[in-house]
Amino acid sequence: MSSSASVNSNTVQLWSFPGGIHPPERKAPANETPIRRFPIAPELIVPLRQHIGALGELVVQVGDYVRKGQALTQPGIEHGLPVHAPTSGIIVEIGDFPLNHPSAMRGPGIRLRADGDDLWIDRHPLPNYQSSTRLQVLEHLHQYGIAGLGGAGFPTARKIASANGIDVLIINGVECEPYIAADDRLMREHADAIVRGTEALQWLTQAKRVVIAIEDNKPEAITAMQSAAQNATSSVIEVVVIPTKYPSGGERQLIQILTGKQVPAQGLPLDIGVLMHNTGTAFAVSRALEKGEPLIERVVTLTGEALATPCTAWVPLGTPVAYLLEQAGFTPERDQRVIMGGPMMGFTLPHLQVPVIKTTNCILAPTRTELPAAGPEMPCIRCGACADVCPASLLPQQLYWFAKSKDYDGLKTHHLPDCIECGACAYVCPSEIPLVQYYRQAKAEMREQAIEHQKAEIARQRFEARQARLEREKQERLERHRKAAEAREAALAAREQNTPAASEGDNDPVKAALARVKAKKAAAEGATTSSASSKDDQVAAAVARAKARKAAREAENQTSNTPAKPSAQNDAPRVEKPVSNKDQVAAAVARAKARKAARDAEKDKDS
Amino acid sequence: MSFYVASSPHHHLRRSTADLMRLVLIAMIPGILAQWYFFGWGVILQLALAIAVALASEALCLLARDRAPSSGLRDYTAVVTAALLAVSIPPLAPWWIIVIGTLFSIVVVKHLFGGVGQNIFNPAMAGYVLLLISFPVQMTSWLPPSSLTELPGLWDSILVFLFGFTGEGFSLEQIRRVESGTLLDAIVMATPLDHIKTELAQGFTLSEAKSAPIFSGAAGMGWQWVNAAYLLGGLFLIQQRVITWHIPGALLGSLGLFALIGALIAPDHLPNVDIHLLSGATMLAAFFIATDPVSAATSTRGKLVYAGLIGVLIYVIRTWGGYPDAVAFAVLLANLCVPVIDQYTRPTVYGHREERS
Repeated sequence: MSSSASVNSNTVQLWSFPGGIHPPERKAPANETPIRRFPIAPELIVPLRQHIGALGELVVQVGDYVRKGQALTQPGIEHGLPVHAPTSGIIVEIGDFPLNHPSAMRGPGIRLRADGDDLWIDRHPLPNYQSSTRLQVLEHLHQYGIAGLGGAGFPTARKIASANGIDVLIINGVECEPYIAADDRLMREHADAIVRGTEALQWLTQAKRVVIAIEDNKPEAITAMQSAAQNATSSVIEVVVIPTKYPSGGERQLIQILTGKQVPAQGLPLDIGVLMHNTGTAFAVSRALEKGEPLIERVVTLTGEALATPCTAWVPLGTPVAYLLEQAGFTPERDQRVIMGGPMMGFTLPHLQVPVIKTTNCILAPTRTELPAAGPEMPCIRCGACADVCPASLLPQQLYWFAKSKDYDGLKTHHLPDCIECGACAYVCPSEIPLVQYYRQAKAEMREQAIEHQKAEIARQRFEARQARLEREKQERLERHRKAAEAREAALAAREQNTPAASEGDNDPVKAALARVKAKKAAAEGATTSSASSKDDQVAAAVARAKARKAAREAENQTSNTPAKPSAQNDAPRVEKPVSNKDQVAAAVARAKARKAARDAEKDKDS
Repeated sequence: MSFYVASSPHHHLRRSTADLMRLVLIAMIPGILAQWYFFGWGVILQLALAIAVALASEALCLLARDRAPSSGLRDYTAVVTAALLAVSIPPLAPWWIIVIGTLFSIVVVKHLFGGVGQNIFNPAMAGYVLLLISFPVQMTSWLPPSSLTELPGLWDSILVFLFGFTGEGFSLEQIRRVESGTLLDAIVMATPLDHIKTELAQGFTLSEAKSAPIFSGAAGMGWQWVNAAYLLGGLFLIQQRVITWHIPGALLGSLGLFALIGALIAPDHLPNVDIHLLSGATMLAAFFIATDPVSAATSTRGKLVYAGLIGVLIYVIRTWGGYPDAVAFAVLLANLCVPVIDQYTRPTVYGHREERS
């Protein structure tokens, strides 16, 4: 093994991010004992959705016997991330279960009765992944349900898929939130596997630089990781120690610390050539590749003074929180809070029948003396302590005023969407204003508003399309009417040629003029036709003209006994002799024929 | 069983507004003691009456506004306002001066604008300016420091404070004159800043002005020690992280810079840096008044601009204005600028660097 990996973190330049706080860390006593393993819970609830992204397609049914690691869902048409049986047993129910969510929302899940044997399904590791294609390895990770264990649980394969040739791959072992010690213990005990997983991630992303970042309050983890990195085959892996400050482990903050760059607002780390994975994820990757084990268990911190034996533990996903707390000697007090996650960003559970999922890193059961409940909200004194600690350089007190007055424009211009809800502002607020709660609510309202706006936009587009269609139809109708009117007018004109106009002498010159214009136009059309270059066209046009002339003449002859004049229409007003209805009709027909012939000739020329 | 539901974060720095205000009051103690030592019992009497009036009016205002008086009184903000006003006025000013000032500060400047956190102006300074404009004689009747005269005892102080005369029948004016020793320079006992202003206006040079007995030290007997005591308290506040260095630093920096430039240009006609920094209410302003969070700018850059502006204004008003000291006017004028300062000193939010550059 080569020992060329750079482990001297002191040579690496670090940057800082504005703000941040130093709450009591309280990683002990949970981080002092090795990761424990409890007996398997009698019943587990596996939510089908444990992460961001589409759901897999269910492939089991009630009554099925499943083995540990057997896929319960498969990537279906939407290529959702599958979930797997955390242990062997019988599926007793498929339905809606309370989810791992602050509002006790319910969602689809599978209830599995463990048989206690914990029998594995056949495992198919991919140890020599380097000889496979990148796509095959990604598919393997996807099939094995690997998701980000740090934050939102984004499917790892999908995250990597778009990240080929990045500059920096960051493995986040910062774990900056107080109490949480899951990654700390994992790094101490499984440093080699984490580094091997990191190497696989490096191979997949072809990252030029790989940084494993750890806060300096975890010296044992740092030592373990450094020696593991030293033994690594890859020489691009560096272990970087960063100063302890909350929230250094936030994705955007850690990127700033390590690279000095900021992820653009509404952008992704990929936009600046960075990809970040949690140490737990790196470990899960190595397990999936080396042992063929899907992601069915994770390290969970069980801590807080309401527990007799705070510790970290390997917990099969789907284990109910109530069972876990019981294992750790839980004695609830009055108004006990049970927090899923840490004290800064975790959420309280309304009841304990919720399962551990891929993103559950901590269950905190503090006593009231340990973490006193928030006092009454006092008026803001504009002290600006919140602005001093905001890692995103927001102005929390301004956002608070805007949120209170529901001024969504103000919230947008002050960049509320860039708030990472780390809770530093509310932590320092001397008036104990639950700032994050205000922001969350405002964000939800803004989302709602955006959805409403989108709906309104769609409705508007639909309305406008309908208006346009109605207008078009109206125009078409008008056009039809106009044509019909023209036809009628023509018919009228034809009739008037034969009608004595003495009684309406005033109007007649106008009509005569109109008629003359029409005649000229017709003649011009004929002329255009005759100017066509092709011989056939010329012949056809000539024939048409002749026909037209003949028809006109005939009509003239039929409708009047006076000798034909050079242009029938010219003389129309002067025709004094009454004509019969029949004659009028005949004349109209003749004229229509003439026009049609002229038009045909035109068409021939065009085509 | 059901569990307690709360919104994150679940952990709070256990330091409330009341804690902060208590620390501010503690930090004022050295300055108050210095004032007591150099100017007698008056400052204690003013403090006691101001705090009593402030608490009473705060409670009445809260009642009138349908708020629980207990929570409002417990945050100590009214006490701090009262204390700042009390140490700003001449120690033996008649009792109704402080009563009017405190009532105005609490009722009008604070509660009519919406109570804690809503006032545009620093309540103590607005109250001070009201008094200074309305009662110029009483508001400029400072006593000479104890080293130049024998100050009235506690009982006589109380009598002067309440009735205007000591037990022997001396008025405040008489105390200021008669007890100042030699009759020649005891026509009126002015503060150092006042003295310099008057002398310079009469065509004397700075060194001549500073030859008066009140200038036995660097920046005026007594006053320099009072300022030093407030500086000490202010450093305590910074050490306790109640305030940051930005406001005092920028205020003293800009005032000192301008004083230095002035002293370099006209060394005999403009007071030097030490006089500006250690006279009048400079240190009180820098650490206790300008740092009032409610009426100050909020962002770090904003604080620097805001306090720098106060420093400039203090210098300008002291040098060319009609009043010997200028802290209250400077602070109120800067208060007016806070919304604009806040608007233009917003920090660049994470991920928005490109848009700004």
